[in-house]
Amino acid sequence: MTETTYREAIRQALIDGMEADADVILMGEEVGLYGGAYGVTKGLIDMFGASRVIDTPISEPAIIGAAIGAAMTGLRPVAELMYVDFAGMAMDQIANQAAKSRYMFGGQIGVPMVLRTQGGTGRSAAAQHSQSLEAWMLHTPGLRLVMPGTVNDAYHLLRQALRQPDPVVVIEHKGLYTMKGQLDVATPDGAWGQPVTRRTGRDLVILTYSRMLHESLAAADRLAQAGVEAEVIDLRCLNPLDEAPLIEAVRRTGRAMVVTEAAVTGSVASDIAARLGESCFDWLEEPVLRLGGEDIPIPVSPALEKGSIPSADLVHDTALWLVTRKAPPWAA
Amino acid sequence: MTVVSNTGPLARYRMMRRIRSFEERVGELFLKGGSAGSMLHLSIGEEAVVGLTDAMRDGDSFTTHHRGHGVFLGRGADPNRMMAEIAGKQDGYCRGKGGSMHIADRALGHLGANAIVGGGISHVIGAGLTYRNRGTGQISVAFFGDGAMSQGILYESMNMAALWQLPVIFCCINNQYGMGTRVDRSAGSRDFPARAAAFGLNAARADGAEVETVHDTARAMVSAAREGRPGFLEIDAYRFFGHARMDKSPYRTPEEEAEGRQRDPLARARARLLAEGAAEAAELDRIDAAAGTEMDGALDHALAAPAPALSTMFQDVYAPGTPAPRPQADRLRAVLAEEARA
Repeated sequence: MTETTYREAIRQALIDGMEADADVILMGEEVGLYGGAYGVTKGLIDMFGASRVIDTPISEPAIIGAAIGAAMTGLRPVAELMYVDFAGMAMDQIANQAAKSRYMFGGQIGVPMVLRTQGGTGRSAAAQHSQSLEAWMLHTPGLRLVMPGTVNDAYHLLRQALRQPDPVVVIEHKGLYTMKGQLDVATPDGAWGQPVTRRTGRDLVILTYSRMLHESLAAADRLAQAGVEAEVIDLRCLNPLDEAPLIEAVRRTGRAMVVTEAAVTGSVASDIAARLGESCFDWLEEPVLRLGGEDIPIPVSPALEKGSIPSADLVHDTALWLVTRKAPPWAA
Repeated sequence: MTVVSNTGPLARYRMMRRIRSFEERVGELFLKGGSAGSMLHLSIGEEAVVGLTDAMRDGDSFTTHHRGHGVFLGRGADPNRMMAEIAGKQDGYCRGKGGSMHIADRALGHLGANAIVGGGISHVIGAGLTYRNRGTGQISVAFFGDGAMSQGILYESMNMAALWQLPVIFCCINNQYGMGTRVDRSAGSRDFPARAAAFGLNAARADGAEVETVHDTARAMVSAAREGRPGFLEIDAYRFFGHARMDKSPYRTPEEEAEGRQRDPLARARARLLAEGAAEAAELDRIDAAAGTEMDGALDHALAAPAPALSTMFQDVYAPGTPAPRPQADRLRAVLAEEARA
């Protein structure tokens, strides 16, 4: 167990993954000499050479497409999409090619690649560098999808992704790279596809992932001061996702809230809420609430940006409202 | 009786005839109502692609566009399994999941036909990286049509191939039409090899009416590609029929079609073989008849083959042994059974 950062944990996972498997290559914009836009791949080109750490031209569709072809022929590429927002450039390769090849070809040709990217707000990077586009991926059968929210998950979900037979999209959060936490390279927080309960509680369940995990945990601490015990479940793996633990927790508490940073309409949170509504209808005291980003492009002004996504305060107030039926001042 | 060698002009004639006969049976399959849908894109008129497929060797890989039946046959496809796939049958190459536009075969190096224009081109870049990194001496070839000359990913891929000196070839089978748009209505400059040359590729155009010309050009290009000098080959051809089975080509004149069909690589190859004394007419007739019989067999096979079981729809979304999609009926049963309990 060592203390390190989310960034270093990902970097360590890449190093360990490349040392464990000579077929692992990295490719993407600025992953080599520059060391990655957020420094994640710093020094790797010196360790592994330019044939395994490949600086590419600014060609997102062909970066993903090349990774697909490499995966089909025996390598295990980690393609980096510098910002998830750039998926718009590459969505054909992600959704029509990587995701569907195994199926279209009757199971003959798999695409064991990892697509590393990062999203989210927090750096005033504005509308084209701050989105949370996981719903695009989740809506595409054939893609696996994980979103680490802790240092240990940043390491282990990537290591696990590198052993998967199908394309895995790993969406990191740009606001977490400098976050410190404990890394235990021997012990993952949970198995592939399993949600992890980060805090137990009897009054309601907050289901969340990525950076919103920390807003939710902070809110849960404050709720405890008010006598409300919130359970916080980190979804981590969005596909595959074992729903049984979620259903158990929601049936036990009768109240649930799903928190995401993404624009809430058509979001992962909407889908999780719908699943829980179906599965837990008779056990619910209240509707399953969704708390997400406003349905707007991300504005650049720090005040507007911050105000457009859920905060610990908002999670706290809404949870309290859900449990006590006492409306917060802003709702009056 | 002459044994047809596996290579050489006579073998290429035979392969072109087999492609022609296969495509004609695909048309029949459609007319008999046996095809899965009408999105069937015939490569009749484009058989000279055999000049390139015959220059490749075992272990080389390739991707194709949606009009790729001829390319795949040229690389050794089993017509029975192909036709069964086109009919959406269980014993097709892709178990009835892909069909005409998504046929593939790992064993023969077919990394997939693609229904997105330009969609499979960049995959040969990755294959080329694999071969380069492992020093295997294999090459990978992307086959596509003139329509893909307008897709950005082609240029991204050509740049990467040249930049990294990959063992790959881009083969544009220019049949003059992207669906109903003739190439002079889609391309500001029709000098496609010049575009590739500008990226640093070894670029050439070959007359798609003459398979031996294509083959001569292709052989040199394949050798260069194996040495890390990527190439671009335009095969100048003519699409004899409509875009897909429902298209009667109202956008072009009968005169143009008649003129285009004069550039028939099969008829030209036959005439050349006879003129050069490389084959007797009777021998070529036997080849033609054998191809017809073979493809009749493929058609019969496809019509008789069983449809896939409904439950197979959930297979191969993900690898075996990993969580599979949950059938909707299971989910609804779980929800409504809980309701009944209440």
